[in-house]
Amino acid sequence: MQLDSHSPTGPIETRWDRHRFNLKLVNPANKRKHTIIVVGTGLAGGSAAATLAELGYNVHCFCFQDSPRRAHSIAAQGGINAAKNYQNDGDSVYRLFYDTVKGGDFRARESNVYRLAQISLNIIDQCVAQGVPFAREYSGYLENRSFGGAQVSRTFYARGQTGQQLLLGAYQALERQIGAGQVRMFPRTEMLDLIVIDGRARGIVARNLMTGGIASHLADAVVLATGGYGNVYYLSTNAKGSNATAIWRAHKRGALFANPCFTQIHPTCIPVSGEYQSKLTLMSESLRNDGRVWVPLAKGDTRAPSEIRESGRDYFLERKYPSFGNLVPRDVASRNAKQVCDDGRGVGPSGLAVYLDFREAIQRLGQEVIKERYGNLFDMYERITGEDPYKAPMRIYPAIHYTMGGLWVDYNLMSTIPGLYVIGEANFSDHGANRLGASALMQGLADGYFVLPNTINDYLASNELDKTGDSHAAVRDAEAGVAAQTKRLLDAKGTRSVDSYHRELGKLMWECCGMSRNAQGLKHALAKIPELREQYWRDVKVLGSGEELNQSLERAGRVADFLELAELMCLDALERNESCGGHFREEYQTPEGEAQRDDEHYSYTAAWEFRGSGNRPEMHREPLAFEYVHPSQRSYK
Amino acid sequence: MRIILHVWRQRNANDKGRMVRYEVPNVSEHMSFLEMLDVLNEDLLARNEEPVAFDHDCREGICGMCGCMVNGVAHGPLPGTTLCQLHMRHFKDGDELYLEPWRARAFPVVRDLVVDRSAFDRLIAAGGFISAATGSAPDGNAVLVPKENAERSMDAAACIGCGACVAMCPNASASLFMGAKLAHLGLLPQGQPERARRVAAMEAQANRELFGSCTNAGECEAVCPKEIKLEVIARMNRDFLRASLMGR
Repeated sequence: MQLDSHSPTGPIETRWDRHRFNLKLVNPANKRKHTIIVVGTGLAGGSAAATLAELGYNVHCFCFQDSPRRAHSIAAQGGINAAKNYQNDGDSVYRLFYDTVKGGDFRARESNVYRLAQISLNIIDQCVAQGVPFAREYSGYLENRSFGGAQVSRTFYARGQTGQQLLLGAYQALERQIGAGQVRMFPRTEMLDLIVIDGRARGIVARNLMTGGIASHLADAVVLATGGYGNVYYLSTNAKGSNATAIWRAHKRGALFANPCFTQIHPTCIPVSGEYQSKLTLMSESLRNDGRVWVPLAKGDTRAPSEIRESGRDYFLERKYPSFGNLVPRDVASRNAKQVCDDGRGVGPSGLAVYLDFREAIQRLGQEVIKERYGNLFDMYERITGEDPYKAPMRIYPAIHYTMGGLWVDYNLMSTIPGLYVIGEANFSDHGANRLGASALMQGLADGYFVLPNTINDYLASNELDKTGDSHAAVRDAEAGVAAQTKRLLDAKGTRSVDSYHRELGKLMWECCGMSRNAQGLKHALAKIPELREQYWRDVKVLGSGEELNQSLERAGRVADFLELAELMCLDALERNESCGGHFREEYQTPEGEAQRDDEHYSYTAAWEFRGSGNRPEMHREPLAFEYVHPSQRSYK
Repeated sequence: MRIILHVWRQRNANDKGRMVRYEVPNVSEHMSFLEMLDVLNEDLLARNEEPVAFDHDCREGICGMCGCMVNGVAHGPLPGTTLCQLHMRHFKDGDELYLEPWRARAFPVVRDLVVDRSAFDRLIAAGGFISAATGSAPDGNAVLVPKENAERSMDAAACIGCGACVAMCPNASASLFMGAKLAHLGLLPQGQPERARRVAAMEAQANRELFGSCTNAGECEAVCPKEIKLEVIARMNRDFLRASLMGR
């Protein structure tokens, strides 16, 4: 298979303009004759569904939650980047492009990233017009802050709830179209298969979670906006319902899966407190602007932090990275926290935590200033841990947060199945091997508001799409497959709960394919996962029936898919014999312990093709060319 | 510690429903309320009893999906907190807790503690938006927004749409939810052109959904996990009066 990214060539500044001009358009009067399915209602899906409906398409939109407003984009705290240069501090579209390519450790497509930086400008305008209450100066102008170690202030925010406010903007635009009859909304409905007819994506099979009814929905194109797959690790900062089922089933129908091993760890999360732990809570990394990260110098030092004097503390980030200190990128901060804990110097009951200490900042700035800056985060910490971070340092530990990998898409955001588009975190496109802070919201909205609504016309205008009906053999096959899987899960009548398997898988993945990986661990996982999967199908216990609301059954299907996806992640990690961004292979590091890229051999996107259950998937390579930002070793010393 | 639960079990909308007593031994003070329910459900599964259905997703207090009545109080005893952010350290050994779903005519029970809140979505679809089609926006700084207004707008926009306000209201009124949306949009210059139309349309929809009227009981404000203030309702009433006088 030859992967064609359809990236335009020529001067990068005008690529998107020229490309858009070359795309075919659909006559306004003909748009209503096309139906488009959008699965997922986060920033990407919600904004896409609303915008496609505004253009005049018929949209059928699906989410598994009870309302489109619940999608996990809502939990993003920090902000959204845009190269507005309102602060006159040297920012530009080119700088945001440059920072994103470099931050992604040179594993992203330049054309896509440049377009993203360009569109960032329009996103802010659009959101302001919709009524997103961004932070303002007293003058009434928009306020910005610097975020995640960026050297310019380009982050727009709405308190610590930026994701919520942007999502409500998209959700309200979507509801407006639902009210107008232009979008038909299917809440509490989960996509369980993709319908492919004559090589084109023509619909989905979905289960109504309230009644258990399985039905097909047909359309001219399908858009997946179903988010990332971080919950493969069981414990992550994702919502409990976040899952990979839609993209995984599409993968099994022929969509290539790109860079599955590129996962991001967030350094500032609240540590695990016990076996019953159901999810991890992230606290904005803006905390690292004023908090100092440390552990005791001595191993096994169990004294209270207040009893450890300055000379007994190791401010390891400040020591190792004097110029960036506590503000090193996410992957570097996370890995160093793991190293000191592996070294036996972790703190707290589990030994899997480091201190984030505000004592000095409180002395310097006063408690009031700290409260103004981080009050809501401090409250959240106290609510969860029962400890007061104004008095004792916080304990933090890294957690899985975001997945850069996802279904492979071309410049038009179309997967390798014609008519199947993938947007937002569900695709792999813009962040390379590591995503910068405040860039996920930017990408979701860029894809949904501005990219997809421009590119999808070209597909609809250039393809003759015959009418298909529910009686088509491919539709009936897909429905039968979904019904059979549901039955198989209910019929296993085994001994262990879905969650117990999910926890076991998550633990294995965290240990072998987590913050750092090595060949031995990956091979161990690759041997173990198929065993676990086999046991799962034989021994899982799901009570109740398939004809009613059955939350265990919903989870059972999702975990079955995680059990397959996990294997592909390990395989991809094993094949990539280099360290880059969030993918740190212990065998490939510089003498100082930093990630060692191998551009000569690995400057490509790995796109995996499903070759049938039990068969080894096949890897295809999309070579990456860097015409503008020349690969260099990232250094934060 | 040991917690005794009385949980509303109702198989579907047609089932009558009943309280069932369960004991959860070995509850850790660090568990969240939902993690305690997870433990209960694992125990039930081991005994071949069907788990208790309850809605939840983000488990960090922002998605608005979780919530039930705990001893008659929406989201439990801790103010300004969703059920997922309520931790068991606020209870003591031997406590007896009665868990029920939101009770409101506009929120029919789906199963156990799960209710159908789609009436909220229809309120938003009726008018809870600013019509700004993608692509038509001027530069973000072209229209200035006084900081005080942006802050008050944000206070109201913090609503997570959980439905606790309706569940706690003796009239099952959606006034706090609607008032929050109307204040969020009505405090911004971008929200002015549709201001009268918005309040009229949402009010009409609320009547169709059989939400009750507001009688200023104030229960909604007391349980709102995002601490939305009653003043948004006063604001809504003023807007509604103005819209009525304008003949909309």
